[in-house]
Amino acid sequence: MRLAFSLLGIVVATLLTVAMLFTPGWVRPPIISTQTGYRGTGQEQLISAQNKRILEAANALPAPIDKASPSGERATSAYKNVKVLTDLSTDEFNRLMVAITQWVSPDQGCAYCHTDDLADDGIYTKIVARRMIAMTRDINKEWTSHVGDVGVTCYTCHRGQPVPKNVWYENPGARHAGGMAAHNYGFGHPSTSNGTTALPVDPFTPHLLGDDNIRVVGKTALPTTQGASIQQTEQSYALMMHMSQALGVNCTFCHNSRAFLDWSQSAPQRTAAWNGLQMMREVNAVYLETLKSLYPANRLGPLGDSPKANCGTCHQGVSKPLYGQSLLKDFPELGGKAAR
Amino acid sequence: MAYYQNIFTQVQVRADAPHPGVPVPGMKRTSWATFSHLLGRIGNAQIGPIYLGYLGTLSLVFGFIAFEIIGLNMWASVNWDPVQFVRQLPWLALEPPKPQYGIKIFPPLSEGGWWLFAGFFLTSSVLLWWWRMYRRARALGLGTHTAWAFLSAIWLYLVLGFIRPLLMGSWSEAVPFGIFPHLDWTAAFSIRYGNLFYNPFHMLSIAFLYGSALLFAMHGATILAVGRFGGEREIEQIIDRGTASERAALFWRWTMGFNATMESIHRWAWWFAVLCPLSGGIGILLTGTVVDNWYLWGVLHGIAPEYPHVFAPVVDPALTTGGAP
Repeated sequence: MRLAFSLLGIVVATLLTVAMLFTPGWVRPPIISTQTGYRGTGQEQLISAQNKRILEAANALPAPIDKASPSGERATSAYKNVKVLTDLSTDEFNRLMVAITQWVSPDQGCAYCHTDDLADDGIYTKIVARRMIAMTRDINKEWTSHVGDVGVTCYTCHRGQPVPKNVWYENPGARHAGGMAAHNYGFGHPSTSNGTTALPVDPFTPHLLGDDNIRVVGKTALPTTQGASIQQTEQSYALMMHMSQALGVNCTFCHNSRAFLDWSQSAPQRTAAWNGLQMMREVNAVYLETLKSLYPANRLGPLGDSPKANCGTCHQGVSKPLYGQSLLKDFPELGGKAAR
Repeated sequence: MAYYQNIFTQVQVRADAPHPGVPVPGMKRTSWATFSHLLGRIGNAQIGPIYLGYLGTLSLVFGFIAFEIIGLNMWASVNWDPVQFVRQLPWLALEPPKPQYGIKIFPPLSEGGWWLFAGFFLTSSVLLWWWRMYRRARALGLGTHTAWAFLSAIWLYLVLGFIRPLLMGSWSEAVPFGIFPHLDWTAAFSIRYGNLFYNPFHMLSIAFLYGSALLFAMHGATILAVGRFGGEREIEQIIDRGTASERAALFWRWTMGFNATMESIHRWAWWFAVLCPLSGGIGILLTGTVVDNWYLWGVLHGIAPEYPHVFAPVVDPALTTGGAP
């Protein structure tokens, strides 16, 4: 009897250990720890050597393309229906088209956007692509507060895929029973968008499309006015979880976690992140949501909205997309400070 | 003769027949009782007699109703899918009403009404169980220490789910039901109110929590260590302190110059355990009602040291660019 119990205990313990080891969330050592803030504040970043290798391989730059001369025949005279890239030479224009094919539709080729008549706007992807080129140039010129001199190119998000890997749609939550059953306002379901927590599943619609207040922490020691509710706090919390996962960092990359609100104790990255949030709101509202009527049904979300961008769309698990390597400096065609 | 000489229970003490308990005047009780070898490995092998009574029965019924309201709403939140119910169970929630309902007693059922019902039945169940505990102690002629200790935990529960939301004027301030949801709530609560670590009553609560664990370890270890001298046999220890008690006391005097007594160690343990939720409850009660940001409160009262700045100065960009925060 006693032996049987002991054996049973050993078997159960072994099975539980094996089950835990293969549960997602376990990371293989060694873990590399980098201190970023003052000692004792917990401001440090962690990454496993294995994940670092995987991310470095995934963030290698694509094969370079020979530079083109900005002088010579203009693209507008060589091609009809050029609406955005009107300032390029034909050589630059052709080079960018080659690059876009390599970055966005390497398998589908030119025909992903173009018919035999290159000026034809018949395929929706061409209109989307044109809009995206305008967006990229806008970001590189107007949003240096977030993208700096590094800038963005089509490759920053697309990475060889026609639809970037990380896009989001308005998320009404999984199906739940109707009637008088509690619907919990989107709380209580694990998802990639809330970092596998019980926080709300869609922090993006209110914060990255709308401009709902993200700051929820009390601003004074003693209560003065009605502050944010706990549920609103959890909404912000979910957005922060997304940022953390999208950048592969923890809270202390930007914040001193003893006083999340306090800017004077924060790392400079917090300013870049704040500008990034502003940028996302503009990009989603001005460039992405407005394309809704162009997309076929299979590109739309469950509520019929167009695919939109969040931090993960560009960052893809690292704090600086492509580890801070600037593809833009080799492609002045896409504007920004590196351009003429 | 076998003694409790190991950190695991090696022997089971059991009578030939279940013991019905001391005679209590004027009381009927069930006589059912049996033995369990398995439970005997971690405690007394005798199971029963159990006294449920009308308080215990009502408490179980109310508890079951609360459990059903919470469980069925969770199941409904995955559209009655049994597989998803099991997979997502740790995440599933029953959320309190939204802020706009304030402390309305009957918000729509789908928007927090069920949370209020579940809270009502769970609270009733817990209070009935408390009353039962008090009456059982009285019936046996005992002191009511267990009931008052339990009330300390109930105090914290009521502050979190009832008293503080009332003072804040909103049920939305209360804790959701659910395994991860109540933990996420806790983290969000601390962030919203500027870091609970700077709340002195939270500090006290942590001190009593860790203190309880330390005292429990010291006491448990001491009694097991003198088990070889019969230290665990309370009856004999009451009549005659004996060598076990003397050795235990001397051990602590040798170690730290001071020892608790056979009686006072239990008073230490009781107060540490009781003060943990008691001070914690006070800390929660003050949060949001009289203090909105504990970190800033800490700065005001000199308990939040300033660290040297290692980053270039950072200024809130919303102040300069005018974007929405």
